[in-house]
Amino acid sequence: MTVTLAHYLILGGAVFTVGIVGIVLNRRNVIMILMAIELLLLAVNLNLVAFSAHLGDPAGQVFTLFVLTVAAAEAAVGLAILVVFFRLRGTIAVEDIQDLKG
Amino acid sequence: MAAPDLFFWLCSAVLMLSSVFVVSARSLVHAVFFLILAFLNAAGLFILLGAEFLGMMMLIVYVGAVAVLFLFVVMTLDTGRPGGSLRARLPAALAAGAILLLELAFVAVAGGPGGSPEPLPGGVSNTRALGRLIYTDYAALFELAGAILLVAMIGAIVLAHRYRPGVRRQNPVRQFVRRQGESVRLEDPAVGAGVSEQGR
Repeated sequence: MTVTLAHYLILGGAVFTVGIVGIVLNRRNVIMILMAIELLLLAVNLNLVAFSAHLGDPAGQVFTLFVLTVAAAEAAVGLAILVVFFRLRGTIAVEDIQDLKG
Repeated sequence: MAAPDLFFWLCSAVLMLSSVFVVSARSLVHAVFFLILAFLNAAGLFILLGAEFLGMMMLIVYVGAVAVLFLFVVMTLDTGRPGGSLRARLPAALAAGAILLLELAFVAVAGGPGGSPEPLPGGVSNTRALGRLIYTDYAALFELAGAILLVAMIGAIVLAHRYRPGVRRQNPVRQFVRRQGESVRLEDPAVGAGVSEQGR
């Protein structure tokens, strides 16, 4: 069985699903949520690159590059916020982040 | 089975397994290492698809930087794994995954792309083709990406930096503006008299 575009798309969809399951499964733990988001972005990147190779158009890879950039920025800022929150509260459990409820 | 196909099956199998382990690992450190494994195999798939530059980018940015960042945060926070048992939330998680899979399957059945892959325009390496696009059609977006990275870097530093009182710091301005007259004093004390601090 030769590998076609559909294989890559199915793989991307499966990884994306695993990421969604991970967010719901670990919704008390911010670091796990961040890692699941990285998985989601990885699946999206896989789809973009697969379509880029399929259509013979490198523009898809340019968008993957931008997704990579934003993902790195998001990870850096998210983890910095996490460090600050841990310094303030001594915990990173999501259920403790509810000051806006008043 | 041709070698590229074998490579695809190997990489995709490890990618799937490691991403499942990422979301179900008992310890955060194991999850980070499985995330690194997933990114390694995704980089392999990118190279298989002809996107060598992005594959190497994945290795450098994710395995080299982001994963290490996660590892450092997990190490320094050392919170263990908060929040009850995974088993209680498993049904909800599986339901969310099933819904998403159904939607994806619906899209796939409703009309997927067909045909065989076209080769990328020949005669040009992947990195060169990408560079041509980035510096021409997407130049503005490329600059914007740099700005995003700069803002994220400054933001992360400002957020995580902590000012501690009572730390003796070097003051370069004061070091540069001081002159010989105010820092060196030549004395000729008499025998047995010594030099006092205020004795000008």
